[in-house]
Amino acid sequence: MGKWVFLIPALPAAGAALLLMTRRIREPLAGWLATALVGGSFALSVAAALEVAKAHGDERRMVVSLGEWIAAGKFRAGFDFLVDPLSIVMILVVTGVGTLIHLYSIGYMHGDPRFSRFFAYLNLFAASMLVLVLGNNMILMFLGWEGVGLCSYLLISFWFEKDTAAAAGKKAFVTNRVGDFGFILGTLLLFANAGTLTILGGPGGGLLSAAPAMLTSGTITVATLLLFLGATGKSAQLPLLVWLPDAMEGPTPVSALIHAATMVTAGVYMIARLGPVFSAAPATMWVIATVGAITALVAATIALVQTDLKKVLAYSTISQLGFMFAAVGVGAFAMGIFHLVTHAFFKALLFLGAGSVMHAMNNTVDMRNFGALRKKMAVTWATWAVGWLAIVGIPPLAGFFSKDAILAADFEHGSAGKAIWLLLSLTAFLTSVYMSRATYLTFLGKARWSESEYHPHESPKTMTIPLIVLAGAAVLAGLLGVPKILPVLAHWLEPSVGEVHEPFGATQIVLLVIATVLAVAGIFVARAIWMGKNASERGDLLARLPGGASLYRFFENGWGIDPLYRLLFVKGGTAVAGALKWIDTKVIDGAVNGVARLVRGGGSEASKAQTGYVRNYALGVALGALLLIGGFVLVQIVTGG
Amino acid sequence: MEFPLLSLIIWLPLVGALTVALIPKDNKQAIQTAAVATTVAGLGLGVWLFTGFKQGEAAMQMVEAYEWIPAIGARYIVGIDGISLFMVLLTLFMFPIAILASLGQIQDRLKAYAIFMLILESAILGAFCALDLLLFFFFWEAMLVPMYFLIAGWGGKRRVYAAIKFFLYTMLGSAFLLVAIFLLAWMHQKQTGSISFDLHSLLDLEIARSTQLWLFIAFSVSFAIKVPVFPLHTWLPDAHTEAPTAGSVVLAAVLLKLGTYGFLRYSIPLFPKATVELAGVLVVLGVIGIVYGAILCLKQSDIKRLVAYSSVSHLGFVVLGIFALTFQGIQGGLLQMLNHGVATGALFLLVGMIYERRHTREIDEFGGLASKMPVFAGLFLVTVFASIGLPGMGGFIGELLILAGTFLRNPWIAAAAATGVILAAVYLLWAYQRVFTGKIDNEENERLSDIGAKEILVVVPLVVLMLFVGFFPRYFLDRTEPSVRQVLTRVEEKGHYREPEIPDPVAAAEKPAGGDSHGGHGAMP
Repeated sequence: MGKWVFLIPALPAAGAALLLMTRRIREPLAGWLATALVGGSFALSVAAALEVAKAHGDERRMVVSLGEWIAAGKFRAGFDFLVDPLSIVMILVVTGVGTLIHLYSIGYMHGDPRFSRFFAYLNLFAASMLVLVLGNNMILMFLGWEGVGLCSYLLISFWFEKDTAAAAGKKAFVTNRVGDFGFILGTLLLFANAGTLTILGGPGGGLLSAAPAMLTSGTITVATLLLFLGATGKSAQLPLLVWLPDAMEGPTPVSALIHAATMVTAGVYMIARLGPVFSAAPATMWVIATVGAITALVAATIALVQTDLKKVLAYSTISQLGFMFAAVGVGAFAMGIFHLVTHAFFKALLFLGAGSVMHAMNNTVDMRNFGALRKKMAVTWATWAVGWLAIVGIPPLAGFFSKDAILAADFEHGSAGKAIWLLLSLTAFLTSVYMSRATYLTFLGKARWSESEYHPHESPKTMTIPLIVLAGAAVLAGLLGVPKILPVLAHWLEPSVGEVHEPFGATQIVLLVIATVLAVAGIFVARAIWMGKNASERGDLLARLPGGASLYRFFENGWGIDPLYRLLFVKGGTAVAGALKWIDTKVIDGAVNGVARLVRGGGSEASKAQTGYVRNYALGVALGALLLIGGFVLVQIVTGG
Repeated sequence: MEFPLLSLIIWLPLVGALTVALIPKDNKQAIQTAAVATTVAGLGLGVWLFTGFKQGEAAMQMVEAYEWIPAIGARYIVGIDGISLFMVLLTLFMFPIAILASLGQIQDRLKAYAIFMLILESAILGAFCALDLLLFFFFWEAMLVPMYFLIAGWGGKRRVYAAIKFFLYTMLGSAFLLVAIFLLAWMHQKQTGSISFDLHSLLDLEIARSTQLWLFIAFSVSFAIKVPVFPLHTWLPDAHTEAPTAGSVVLAAVLLKLGTYGFLRYSIPLFPKATVELAGVLVVLGVIGIVYGAILCLKQSDIKRLVAYSSVSHLGFVVLGIFALTFQGIQGGLLQMLNHGVATGALFLLVGMIYERRHTREIDEFGGLASKMPVFAGLFLVTVFASIGLPGMGGFIGELLILAGTFLRNPWIAAAAATGVILAAVYLLWAYQRVFTGKIDNEENERLSDIGAKEILVVVPLVVLMLFVGFFPRYFLDRTEPSVRQVLTRVEEKGHYREPEIPDPVAAAEKPAGGDSHGGHGAMP
């Protein structure tokens, strides 16, 4: 693999630098330029993929080195890229979906006063994400990891005039910093015990082989748990999921690209990347799978009661990411990545569809004001329907294959695995319910908006073309992983994640049937509730069930997680800071001033009288002394010392 | 004879000060030109110094040694090594920026102001280059006077209080330092028959453990006040807040570094046994400083005071790195001295710009400025992220190496310090949010206009440097490495100390069957 690989992140990075430094490039040129650069990265990614495809076995994992970055004794990190089947899949998704969303944004951001700034940030995001994916050491990966966090911050608070947007950006960054705390300490723990930061290659073969060999099981468990804390931040899992729903304050293409398709999957990718390290820590793996499954369920219940269309999709993303963690947590890395890919397509599609709706409805996101939009927006509706059925898991769409692969993988792993399967199956049913609810409330049923106020219309071509392409991908991506017959992706990933054990027999067929029945049942339940004669304007019959009202509030409240954190960290933190400030001014500085007062008590008269003197005197002394010594040196130099 | 480049660098600003002294005080144009020309010429000499510096050498370079006060054995010795190189360069880099930033801002008594600034530069450069303890002390004291007058003469409302506090605090430290220096010279007299303040000769002294402890404490109290190390920090918020912009810039960027530099140049090499015994105390104080300073930032309503407290937190990192006594820690500490200088210097410059426009620094007075001042907001945000330690910026490399070096010594301490990384994001982004985002809700801010070309030009070099260090830290690390190694080797040899070991990576296949000989117990308790 040639050094040209560095161009994959460098193209969008250059675009970002250019657009940030000059204000001359405006709409629409800035948008087309940024799109072209990410498109260029996509072309190069395809070229890299072909090159990897040509190689065999272990030669499919190539390291491209561009020189050293940090070097302090054994603490070394270079600008090294790891190009292998796993990173290839990721860069294809990032640049492919990325290009489409750049294109979409040209239409969506039309008329925004900070149009070119938006594309600068999008390009910077693409560059950072590519560095994250390609980095062959923990520090370079962290450069990308933080870079995407920065872009997320900048783009969530893109419309910073809105207080809520600014607050949401900060919340995202700070929450992620808590995760970073884990990432850094986990990295250092690996380094202190394995003596390297390199992921693959170099002495000892890099962390992938050195860490499992050199760390005790206790140490490697702690290290991987710390890294997983980082993953929960980036991928919005319990306990750090609170930032993602707020992140919907950003422009919708941002939600699609960063907060659904790519950045939030970084945690899943990191675990798959370090697969052998995590696999050496079985306890961590169970934590990951359990946290994933519980997060999936919790987020799905919250999604059920949202009225904001984007928030439904946000919680849905958290939930789907939970599925991915439930996969990698049982060592089914290929299944996790498979779902990551299909989810990237259908969730980006759904978000862009939501954006198209908002575009048509004066930026309204409240589903209570939608209804019957399918007649007004044929393309948006048709493509949304594909995304909806894909996430619900209707065969033969993408989500059907990837979700069922995860369900089957978990089912294989003993009774604990079966418990996770149960949680995920329940979640899959709820997924079908809340996604169908969103669909009925938005596109079907009666119009709940007035013709005088809203003039829904189909979006421009730059927006509908990405929708169509993504819809196509959401239909076809399932073919990457048809069990037994066509396990393309699993086979492709083998050099990176090891041989994939995917049994297929009667059990699996039963599982498939169960999952499909649940998905279809979810649609019918939703239809009965939100399309039936009793469907209220609010459309939330859950609240009318016995005990439903309090449950509804509980879900609406996000299981009380946000209020709890606010109490613990915001209120608690303020109290601690207040106490420390009191100590600082009254105790520490108070002591200093007390001593000073004592001293001054005796000499105040004298000092008053001599203030002028003191000044001149001190200046004279300083100048004189400096001159004296300076002159002296001069003499020494002249006389040859 | 070699060209006396270091002496030229040290004394050039003083010559500039004398030149300014000769200009009539009404000729402001000439005063400005002279001051700018002097500092810019100094920066030019800095470039020369950098290119002339021999990478890979641990010993002092460009040494000049002359008799100074033969009667008491004091000599004029200057020289640089990897530890002082970047401090000298940082000083030469920050002064032109500080002077340029004051143009226009300072109208009143411009002449005296320029003279004080230039004397200050000479004294700081001298302190970084001096290799004779008396000479060092002389420069160390000489810094106080101009700094005092800069605060007291051109500062804010409580300037006199702040200036006196600064002066008294530092004088207190100096007293300890002076006594300890004389004690060392006297010991030299006893052991060799001649009195000397030459650092090189003093390093050969045999000093008993108990004496080392006392002398280490005396030196370190003085340096700790300068840094400042918790709980000796309370002069800093007042001095920083009340000082004029350029004063704050110099104070934060360069002056504080003399404290941490002092640790590396004097405390540790002179008293290795005491260093090993007392490092733990400074490590703990460093961590307290990190967390304590960061939490106090959350309660500041004055933006300048907030930046001042952030210095307490950031310098805590430097102290931690140095006294972790690991190669990574010290390298990180040195790099972080540079990074903090650049980032915090830039923050003070930016705060100064908004103060010039609104004559307030109260965070509550602002809000929504980003819509009126997009360029200013952009530069501010870049600097904020540099200060937070975002990868790609210098601060990241420094903090990462410090954390790595600390981790090797004690993972729990590293974990405690790493919370500072979270807190920095909280207080800085929160401050940014309150000042720059939202809608403008204060009429006073409606009239604000964005910063002009000159102001942009002052900040941009700093931003470039932040990014440069972030992506090419080897430029710096390679040059400091030999000198840092030398300090550590000395501590290991004389202080009966072993740097924590990092295992060599071993592949899975090579693991001896059933054995557990390779690490695994390294860092976890």
